[in-house]
Amino acid sequence: MKAFTTQTRTELMLSLRNGEQLLVSIAIPLLLLVFFSLVDVLPLPDGVDKGVDFLAPGILALAVMSSAMVSLGIGTGFERQYKVLKRLGTTPLGRPRWVGAKIAMVLCLLVIQSIVLVGAAFALGWNPAGSPALAPVAMLLGAAAFAGIGLLMAGTLRGTLTLALANGLYLVLLLLGGMIIPFDNMPGPIGALGKLLPSGALSQVLQATLRADAPPAGTAWIVLALWAIAAPAAAIRFFRWE
Amino acid sequence: MVSPADVPAIQVDDLVIRYGDHVAVGGLSFEARRGEITALLGPNGAGKTSTVETLEGYRSPTSGRVRVLGLDPGSQHSLLAPRIGVMLQSGGIYTGIRPLEILRLFASYYDNPVEPVELLEMVGLADRQRSTWRSLSGGEQQRLSLALALIGRPEVAFLDEPTAGIDPAGRQVIRRIVADLRDSGVAVLLTTHDLDEAEKLADRVVIIDHGTLLADATPAELMSAGKGDDIRFGATSGLDCGSLGDHLRASVTEEAPGEYRVATAATPATVAALTAWLAERNEPLADLRAGRQSLEDVFLRLTESAEAAREQSPGVAARRSSRGRRGRGAA
Repeated sequence: MKAFTTQTRTELMLSLRNGEQLLVSIAIPLLLLVFFSLVDVLPLPDGVDKGVDFLAPGILALAVMSSAMVSLGIGTGFERQYKVLKRLGTTPLGRPRWVGAKIAMVLCLLVIQSIVLVGAAFALGWNPAGSPALAPVAMLLGAAAFAGIGLLMAGTLRGTLTLALANGLYLVLLLLGGMIIPFDNMPGPIGALGKLLPSGALSQVLQATLRADAPPAGTAWIVLALWAIAAPAAAIRFFRWE
Repeated sequence: MVSPADVPAIQVDDLVIRYGDHVAVGGLSFEARRGEITALLGPNGAGKTSTVETLEGYRSPTSGRVRVLGLDPGSQHSLLAPRIGVMLQSGGIYTGIRPLEILRLFASYYDNPVEPVELLEMVGLADRQRSTWRSLSGGEQQRLSLALALIGRPEVAFLDEPTAGIDPAGRQVIRRIVADLRDSGVAVLLTTHDLDEAEKLADRVVIIDHGTLLADATPAELMSAGKGDDIRFGATSGLDCGSLGDHLRASVTEEAPGEYRVATAATPATVAALTAWLAERNEPLADLRAGRQSLEDVFLRLTESAEAAREQSPGVAARRSSRGRRGRGAA
């Protein structure tokens, strides 16, 4: 147990010490939330008056993607490249506790992100409605899906390639995922594609649980659950420790 | 006890490791005991890393058997991991972590670890506590890496090139720690191609090349074995080997600039004749070795005669030609 808690604490500390990771997991989501809530330039779905009511769920989805996919993927990718994973392999830590500590680290990051972002959203006049109790469930499913994608890259590509790809994917999934630009404002096929992406599924589900007049997200829950199963399964299948 | 004291700490029996068609290790056997430093010596590509990584549980033998403390490193990894310490040649540590943080992290993996602060002082890094791994010098990284191999009080320590690329002072620190480790009863398996290090530090030297055993003996045995029938000396380069040879009635060759070999037994009369010849010409004698060779001589002789034998068989000779002369690569 001591090994697990020390491992988790160390992983979290290293991640928070890393400026780039902090930028992508906290600063960028916070900046997008505050900027687009205050500056009225983004299109909003029909029936939404306040920007923050649409943005807050989308930015929470973005936060999940940034910590579970980008932070975790890049961090693990470099640990693999620098043989940290190889070195840990000869210690009594063991893979189950290592994986457990990574999961715990992402959960801790999510809690920190949620406190900062939800706090900021309330300060901006956010008025969540719907069934907020389901939002953490959606975020956990999203975290599983994105962690799977991040670890798949980390476990198969070089650290620098994982860095580039994770950042590129982050931007694509952000733009196509309905996180800050509503699906209604995308050309039909692109919007339809976006809804099948993990980012699109998660943002639809979070809109539905946190905004009263959002469209129902039955299909999105299924898409999200499929990603949450398929991506970690692929990571387990293809991850190479060295 | 799973492994009573009389069972060798490391047993390698007829180990074969193949990667596709390439034979990395071809039927290697040796042992390493507790309270001894065993140096696994060989040129690059000799099969050292494959062998050690099999002992560490990273890869499985194609055939043959390895045991560490009587355990199978592959299938009994979780029993073995608490009892071994590993130092990788480079890397293996979170780049943004500080020395005491990584020592405390690793300490949490073991039941009875060495106190991290104590270990940090032992490797001379107490004043580098604020630095992250990536800002440590190469020598400091090696010392921290060694500390991590020792933190769990291992019974067997695998050290891969522990002093590679380190300044002389750092090398002394590491050698002293490794010697202390041996004195406390740990079995140390040292991988190196630094012959000087093996000569100074090892109790036993296992020389391999192309995955097969060339020698397994103490450094003293190796250096005094065989070839007692020549004299080697150092002097100014360009001496007249023909004239000296006539004088000594033996063939004299300049093997490297200023390094000479006389093909005759080192009788007092011959040595006297040699020094007299030099004295007549007022040539200073830099050094003189007779009977006893340096480990480097032994190493080169063994690996080169193995190579010559291999070149008799054409199938392997082609592959060999790309590697060139390995004498320098081994130093």
